[in-house]
Amino acid sequence: MSSSIVHAAHQAPTGFIRRYIFSLDHKVIGIQYYFLALFSVFLGMGLSVLMRYHMVYPDAKVSWFEKLWPTGAAGGIMTPELYLSLMTMHGTIMVFFVLTTAPQSGFGNYFLPIQIGAEDMAFPVLNMLSFWTTFLALCVMVAAFFVPGGAPLAGWTVYPPLSAVGPLAGPGEGLGQSLWIISIAIFSGASLMGAINFIATTIDLRAKGMTMMRLPLTCWAWLVTAILGLLGFAVLLAAGILLLLDRMAETSFFIPAGLVVSDQILNHKGGSPLLWQHLFWFFGHPEVYIAILPGMGVASQLLSTFARKPVFGYRAMVYAILSIGFLGFFVWGHHMFMSGMSPYSAMAFATLTMAIGVPSAIKTFNWIGTLWGGRIRFTSAMMFAMGFVSLFVTGGISGIFLGQPALDLYFHDTYFVVGHFHMIMGVAAIFGMFAGTFYWFPKVTGRLMNETLGKIHFYLTFIGVYCIFTPMHWLGIAGNPRRYADFTNFDFMGKLMPVHTFMTWAAIITASAQLIFLFNLFWSMKKGAVATDNPWDATTLEWGIPSPPPFDNFAGHHPVVNHGPYEYGVPGGAKDYLMQSDPP
Amino acid sequence: MALAAVIWVLTIAICYVFFGHYWWFPPPISQHGQDYDAQFNATLWVTGIIFFLAQFALGWVIFTYRDRGRPARYTHGNNMLEALWTTATALLFIGLMLTGSRIWAAVHFDGPPPDSMRIEVLSKQFAWSFRYAGPDGKFGRTDIKLINDQGGNPFGIDDKDPAGKDDITSASIKVPAGKPILLILKSRDVIHNFFVRELRLKQDLVPGMEIPFPFTADQTGTYEVACSELCGLGHHQMRTTLEVMTEADFNKWKLEQAAQK
Repeated sequence: MSSSIVHAAHQAPTGFIRRYIFSLDHKVIGIQYYFLALFSVFLGMGLSVLMRYHMVYPDAKVSWFEKLWPTGAAGGIMTPELYLSLMTMHGTIMVFFVLTTAPQSGFGNYFLPIQIGAEDMAFPVLNMLSFWTTFLALCVMVAAFFVPGGAPLAGWTVYPPLSAVGPLAGPGEGLGQSLWIISIAIFSGASLMGAINFIATTIDLRAKGMTMMRLPLTCWAWLVTAILGLLGFAVLLAAGILLLLDRMAETSFFIPAGLVVSDQILNHKGGSPLLWQHLFWFFGHPEVYIAILPGMGVASQLLSTFARKPVFGYRAMVYAILSIGFLGFFVWGHHMFMSGMSPYSAMAFATLTMAIGVPSAIKTFNWIGTLWGGRIRFTSAMMFAMGFVSLFVTGGISGIFLGQPALDLYFHDTYFVVGHFHMIMGVAAIFGMFAGTFYWFPKVTGRLMNETLGKIHFYLTFIGVYCIFTPMHWLGIAGNPRRYADFTNFDFMGKLMPVHTFMTWAAIITASAQLIFLFNLFWSMKKGAVATDNPWDATTLEWGIPSPPPFDNFAGHHPVVNHGPYEYGVPGGAKDYLMQSDPP
Repeated sequence: MALAAVIWVLTIAICYVFFGHYWWFPPPISQHGQDYDAQFNATLWVTGIIFFLAQFALGWVIFTYRDRGRPARYTHGNNMLEALWTTATALLFIGLMLTGSRIWAAVHFDGPPPDSMRIEVLSKQFAWSFRYAGPDGKFGRTDIKLINDQGGNPFGIDDKDPAGKDDITSASIKVPAGKPILLILKSRDVIHNFFVRELRLKQDLVPGMEIPFPFTADQTGTYEVACSELCGLGHHQMRTTLEVMTEADFNKWKLEQAAQK
């Protein structure tokens, strides 16, 4: 294709709407995704604080609860069904609209094309569509709060029959649950569009000299994440449609015969509740890696940059990402050890689950190897990257318990599981996003974020998340089941209340500390110190162009890549690094 | 530098609480429970050592290699090391899984002893029911149209079937100590989960399925049963008890129940 055609199709638009709203520019779309996720993460975090408060003070009267939820919190006292709908929406919003959206669609959209030396994504119109479809999905999801019966209470995993038989099974299981499924189906469509775009872009639009083995690890992570998304969301979309049909068209994909719900005999026949679990987790487990892989990429990039050392074992890191992506599709059954599926298949899933721990361990060793012998610069971005490694280790270790079917006989659906996945796919992934934000902020805005505020925010958050999520493992060891609105009905849970109270207050303090980040983000946009084009002395292509980058990234110039992505600490030169586009 | 200290302090604090057993399992009441605890402890030691060493090493490299003006080492890695830690973790992780598989096999593969006592477990939003066969050793026919919770017939036992006349139903589960039990798990509406901490066992009850689930409890006592699969707004209240009795007490209880029918 001649480059003149590309340019003709790709002039900077002048109108406000085409520039900032329905933009085709991957950078604007990346920022749109980022702010969608930022809104969602504060919403999801707010819900979690309300949940934690209710678990510890179930009888507390809070007048504004009643204003927000006149039926769910009549008299200001939160009902168990409201608690469960907050829990469902917390999980859903965090998993889909934060962990899937920001690391991949946000950062990936902005930086994948620049890091590989492209002018834009392969399909800019598809890119715009995928953002606005995601936006629609979020609107539908939030609307579930405001319909009669309120938001659904079946959890983010929406296991049928609870999710399939309508309001008989509980409040929120009417229109709220239907909106939930529709939103997720729309979101799946958006993710499919995004995934195709990421894959095509990485394969086709790399600059001259940007071989696969010269790709920054961030790009490898975004590529493999996109492949996971393509295969995973396709299945979730299909499963969602089947569930919707069960609810609305009297089909029986997931509903067996002989159900008596709320004293009513149902007419369904022949469905299997386990089928949903297989389909859901076939998506759901790769989803965990969709959330964490981009964070692993960012951590690798930042540890190398700020330790002034090449990534230790770059090839091993690439192979580890690929094997995590591949094995990620064969371990979904470890969510179902207690589900009633064949106990023999549990052995296969367990072996593969233990196997997927190996590439994760390789990555950890290589991160520590990257720091070893380095010359570490303690920027806020680097603090979050190192915090990521610590949280990744802590969150990964508990997986060695849960991956064993024998030990899962006790830990399944206890707080041990909640602690495990919050550590690794929740906060470790979010630390990846914080790290990415501090690192790339100067490229996007031309200004630096405030380092003092950044470090205060880092320490409060790092210690805070350990205080919230480590005690969950102890609760799990004591047998505390998850998804309980309160703990007043069981004798053995009484002894655990001090732990719950500690976690609740840790959550309130840590959540408040996020306002420091929010302030830093917006304040620095206007008032931050002006950044040079390459404030971190970094090597990848985005640091060779102005900040903020011009409309087509390289201003009509086509970069040529001559070096690997992490040439730091190179002896003998005037500077200690070689940019990828430096002459050979 | 402060980060290294923070990581070390957190690591030591976490290890301290884990090894201090401040919030811990209740004592096991079965052979399976003891085997379970042994496997848990083995895993805790292995992962505990990895956790401590990895966090300690992270803190150590952060502390030692802070920018003190000396140049960074220019190296792209070491294939020997990669091979070494890949093999080591693979052996360790798969090894743990294999040692634990014996416990899983005992629960799920070995099959219940032929003299097991069968108890039907039926879950619904948000209550448990248990059914024992009478002296004939047979469960009577059921029909969902006959279900009547208020009338004391949650299973829908058909009175016309002679085998069902002597069936005993109960809202809590009683078992004789030392006797192998085979639960037949069924659910009437949504998925629930039968969990007894002291047994170290749990299993989903899935509508449309009958899931066999064996156990033997050796210690007499009363233990709480907590639903452990989200089942709706009363999930957190879905409680009953498992009472492990002496054989004599159990037989007495069964006779009393039969007399009340």
